[in-house]
Amino acid sequence: MARVLLYYAHPGHRHSHVNKEMFRAAQKVDGITIVDMYAEYPRHDIRVEREQERLLDHDVILFQHPLFWYSTPGLVKDWIDLTLQSGFAYGDNGDKLKGKILMQAITAAGPEDAYTTDGYQHFPLRTFLTPMEQTANLCKMRYASPYSLYSALKAPGAGEVAPHVSGYVSLLEALRDDRYDFDAAPDVVSYATLPLKVEA
Amino acid sequence: MGSFLLLAFLLLIAGVIAVPLASKLGLGSVLGYLIAGIVLGPVLLALNVDVISLQHFAEFGVVMMLFLVGLELEPQRLWEMRAKLLGLGGLQVGVTAGIAAGVSLVFGLPWTFAVAIGLILALSSTAIVLQTLNEKNLMKTDGGQSSFSVLLFQDIAVIPMLALIPLLAMPDLVEEWDMAALSHDTEIVETLDSHGDDHADTTHGGETHASDDHGADAAHAGDDHGGGDHGPDLNLVDDLPGWAQALVTFAAIGAVIAGGSYLTRPLFRFIELAHLRELFVAAALMMVIGIALLMTLVGLSPALGTFLAGVVLANSEYRHELESDIDPFRGLLLGLFFMTVGAAIDFGLLFGNFFIIIGLTLGLMLVKALVLYGLAIIFGIKGSDRWLFTLSLAQAGEFGFVLLSFVVANQVLPQVIADQLLLAVAISMLLTPALFIVYERVITPKFIEDQAREADEIDEEGTAIVAGFGKMGGIVNRMLRRAGYTTVVLDHNAGLLERLRPFGVKVFYGDATRPDLLHAAGIEEAKLLVICIDEREEITELVKYATQHYPNLHITARAVDRHHVYELYAAGCRDIIRDTFDSSVRMGRSALEALGVHPHEAELQARDFEDRDRYALRELATTFDPDIPAHLNEPYVQRVKELREEEEAEIQGLNMHNTRLDRGWHPPGTRDVDSIVEENEAARDRKK
Ligand SMILES: Cc1cc2nc3c(=O)[nH]c(=O)nc-3n(C[C@H](O)[C@H](O)[C@H](O)COP(=O)(O)O)c2cc1C
Repeated sequence: MARVLLYYAHPGHRHSHVNKEMFRAAQKVDGITIVDMYAEYPRHDIRVEREQERLLDHDVILFQHPLFWYSTPGLVKDWIDLTLQSGFAYGDNGDKLKGKILMQAITAAGPEDAYTTDGYQHFPLRTFLTPMEQTANLCKMRYASPYSLYSALKAPGAGEVAPHVSGYVSLLEALRDDRYDFDAAPDVVSYATLPLKVEA
Repeated sequence: MGSFLLLAFLLLIAGVIAVPLASKLGLGSVLGYLIAGIVLGPVLLALNVDVISLQHFAEFGVVMMLFLVGLELEPQRLWEMRAKLLGLGGLQVGVTAGIAAGVSLVFGLPWTFAVAIGLILALSSTAIVLQTLNEKNLMKTDGGQSSFSVLLFQDIAVIPMLALIPLLAMPDLVEEWDMAALSHDTEIVETLDSHGDDHADTTHGGETHASDDHGADAAHAGDDHGGGDHGPDLNLVDDLPGWAQALVTFAAIGAVIAGGSYLTRPLFRFIELAHLRELFVAAALMMVIGIALLMTLVGLSPALGTFLAGVVLANSEYRHELESDIDPFRGLLLGLFFMTVGAAIDFGLLFGNFFIIIGLTLGLMLVKALVLYGLAIIFGIKGSDRWLFTLSLAQAGEFGFVLLSFVVANQVLPQVIADQLLLAVAISMLLTPALFIVYERVITPKFIEDQAREADEIDEEGTAIVAGFGKMGGIVNRMLRRAGYTTVVLDHNAGLLERLRPFGVKVFYGDATRPDLLHAAGIEEAKLLVICIDEREEITELVKYATQHYPNLHITARAVDRHHVYELYAAGCRDIIRDTFDSSVRMGRSALEALGVHPHEAELQARDFEDRDRYALRELATTFDPDIPAHLNEPYVQRVKELREEEEAEIQGLNMHNTRLDRGWHPPGTRDVDSIVEENEAARDRKK
């Protein structure tokens, strides 16, 4: 059993179609910890000790958020800036997060083919996530491929929300039960390509 | 009565004309008063005014000044100063007296004369130096503090001197000298004659003809001079044995300390019942005069007594109230004192012996300066502070006057010598402001670096004044202190202060709307005034006063409602905080959360509400008229209605994308995504 910590960050929660459903479904998954970041820190007054405590108590840290300007919502950045202190997360004596998993679950409005060298976003999705990836590296954590949904705004019309949400639930359960095969994951994971270990 | 009014008027008019002129010319107020006195001198002589009695009366200003100095000096700081006080002060008096006595011996004076002269000339002028140091904001510098220590030591040293000097009495010798002066030195005799008894009176307070009944005279020699300051008028302890005297002395000092610590508070609480401002002044004067009287009764220095009382009260919440009550009296009396110094200069005698007296004066100042400079080196006083210390104390002082008349009365020094010394003392005092000018214009520019650092230190001192220690002021004060800022908190609710005292909260008693109290609290040096008092009109008044007089001071004012906001804005305040607004908004947010609104959403609602409210506040400002009640102001009422309609429309969603709420993190539509795709495809096609 891995201890899973899910950080949910969506400042436009009330407008959300996809993340809101994902969040709702995640709350029904037993045995994982869920933090609604914007509910806990509506004024961005992050309590560092509490957050570091949380990190120490978990093995898998998962950030669920929509892609905003090729990055995380602002509060996640504040959280990173404040929580990942030297001496704790990196630097001299900073090995408290060593060996933990860092993962993102993101939704993007851009279609899959846009996130290619030839597409209008000009770069693959993973390129935009490299800051997070290197953050994990510096903290001696393992960065796992993100669970993603492209064309998120069209998803409700295209019937894509339900499978994405149930895939999300499978992902959370697999992480919890150590049935997720990190090594077999493609660069970007979708509900169709979830690398689950076959039951032993 | 008529002549009193005339005298008062003359003195006042001279001061009022001369002091601003002197200040304008950068000479400082002391020199202004001195010059006014010199100009007035002949007039006072013609009016037959006893300048010296006047001077002794005015010396009470020194007592008051030491009280004020004490108020600024907390007991632990005085304790920290003890090494300087005894070491620096003791050495200054000892060494200077020794050298002056030695020089006198070299000039062939008997040793008793020499000792007396040494003691008299070792003293400096507390009145001039402290006044000038305060005026020029130099009191807090190392040089200023060292000067102060020395002055305080001298002031204490006067008491044993008064006790010892009579032991030096040599009546026969003195008589011999006086006779010799009469027969040999015709010049002096002429000068003395030309002024006759009148002159002698004006210079020495009627105690010059001391040759006959010395015994009786000596016994109450201090009488005439002590009315103001040092001489014990009603001494009760003279006849007691030594141990009893000591006991009484300690009891008196103990009484001052205990009274200051335990009686002040109930006294002021009692006075507050009358709600009369002048009663505070009366009480403060009563305290100072009472202490001076007690000290006189037991043969101690009144200045020392009030100084101690000041130190005891330095930690009290009534400190600023006392300061502002006593300060005007101190100012007036010291002004009068300086004028009498100027008026008492006997120009006849001066011009008769011009080179002797000028030589004597300059020699005296040079010796004193050299001693001070040497001490400054030994005690590690550096840079411009060393010069400040050296130059500021290089004169003789008002206690010299006191001692001079005392020694003549006690047959220690002959009149001829005393007359010349008196002139030297007066002229050295007259020259002191010039030394300060030298310090400012010549010395400080050379130590600009040091100065900048000192200026910074003073800068940090009076940071914020918090007016009103109710709920709001209390919170503001706690925040500022927690962030490491120094605050001065004022409140005039004595009951509240009483309840707060056990908790160790430091608040000064006083009505913050009174200019003199603000001054005492240090508004000149403050960066910020936070007004948290309850009464609407008083807030507005205070804002008006403060913006007018201290344009560089930042003022944060409490507004009790939105109309008050407009009033304060009109009064010149640009940082206005409505007292219940923020907490009400928070309460609204809390209510939303309780109703199940997501906390982030509730936060956005709260901010949106604030925006909206400020918008309305600004919109309505243009139509608000303080002279018309809001409900009778047509345009105002009209605008309120319009604003309400706008808001209704928003709530109905007719005006959808206008609030912060709806704009924030609103996702693009699918059409937006499509148009991006199209644009990009078109661009690619063009390239091909
Ligand atoms: C401020 C903002 C910035 C956005 N930036 C991007 C972006 O850089 N790339 C992208 O593909 N989508 C972007 N989007 C679209 C969001 O990713 C999309 O609205 C979201 O993933 C939809 O999920 P939801 O229904 O849970 O809100 C942005 C949306 C907003 C509001």
